[in-house]
Amino acid sequence: MLGLIFFSTFAFVLIAAAIGVITSRNPVFSALFLVLAFVTSAVLWMLLEAEFLAVVLVLVYVGAVMVLFLFVVMMLDVNVEQLREGFTKYAPVGALVTVLMAGELITVFWVQNSGLPVLASPPPHPAGYSNTKELGSVLYTEYVYAFELAAFILLLAIIAAIVLTMRRRPGLKVQNITEQVATRKEDRVRLVSMDPERD
Amino acid sequence: MVTLTHYLTLSAILFSLSVAGIFLNRKNVILLLMCIELMLLAVNFNFIAFSRYLGDSAGQIFVFFILTVAAAEAAIGLAILVVLFRSRQTINVEDLNEMKG
Repeated sequence: MLGLIFFSTFAFVLIAAAIGVITSRNPVFSALFLVLAFVTSAVLWMLLEAEFLAVVLVLVYVGAVMVLFLFVVMMLDVNVEQLREGFTKYAPVGALVTVLMAGELITVFWVQNSGLPVLASPPPHPAGYSNTKELGSVLYTEYVYAFELAAFILLLAIIAAIVLTMRRRPGLKVQNITEQVATRKEDRVRLVSMDPERD
Repeated sequence: MVTLTHYLTLSAILFSLSVAGIFLNRKNVILLLMCIELMLLAVNFNFIAFSRYLGDSAGQIFVFFILTVAAAEAAIGLAILVVLFRSRQTINVEDLNEMKG
């Protein structure tokens, strides 16, 4: 019973946050609502006893990806009003598609589940159970190739992001370190021998 | 009692809302990226719920990899967005018609 109350509360917050993301006038508010959605999902994942992924969701998504989103939203000077043109024009179509899609899926789940048994909540794990340990024990054995591939994808993302955004601006004054190091004394200092002068 | 169906319903509503977001904000590339993140979250919900109710940790491993790929996708997408804004001064989808035949 307590589980159902927790689930309903956080599910309500999650759906409200999702509506906030798609209807906010300002992209900054959308990003902040998305942060709320991620944090609420992390709580729901905790209820599903996926503690490791809940923490990873907060650390990686809220801590890194959403900060990146906010950074880009605030860095780009966009005309919000122009981008929101057609919002009301497409709202009925969007609403129709959403209601149809959600309705179909929910019908399948609740009415037409083909006589599958409704899976009840399994008993909670015993005290001392470590979700991280369980994931780690299969991640580094059974899924080690996929793990290395994931590492490679992250490396690829780093290189792609740097290569895409790096640019050489003409007329920018920068240090030329090679030239600085290769300079000899003769290039900079000229010793002139001259007679002493007297007033 | 919270059953698997509750979680599947929640994830279906979340996914449909993000599809609606793509319809509504079809001019703003940043919001399109955010809606894709929300969709991936809905998919991850399904994986975790099934993993819990079927007692198989493979679902959580899948979510781990989806999170990795989604983070990479967000980084590259935002980098493309920054380059796009630098060269065109706009992120309106309708102005990006250079490749239209």
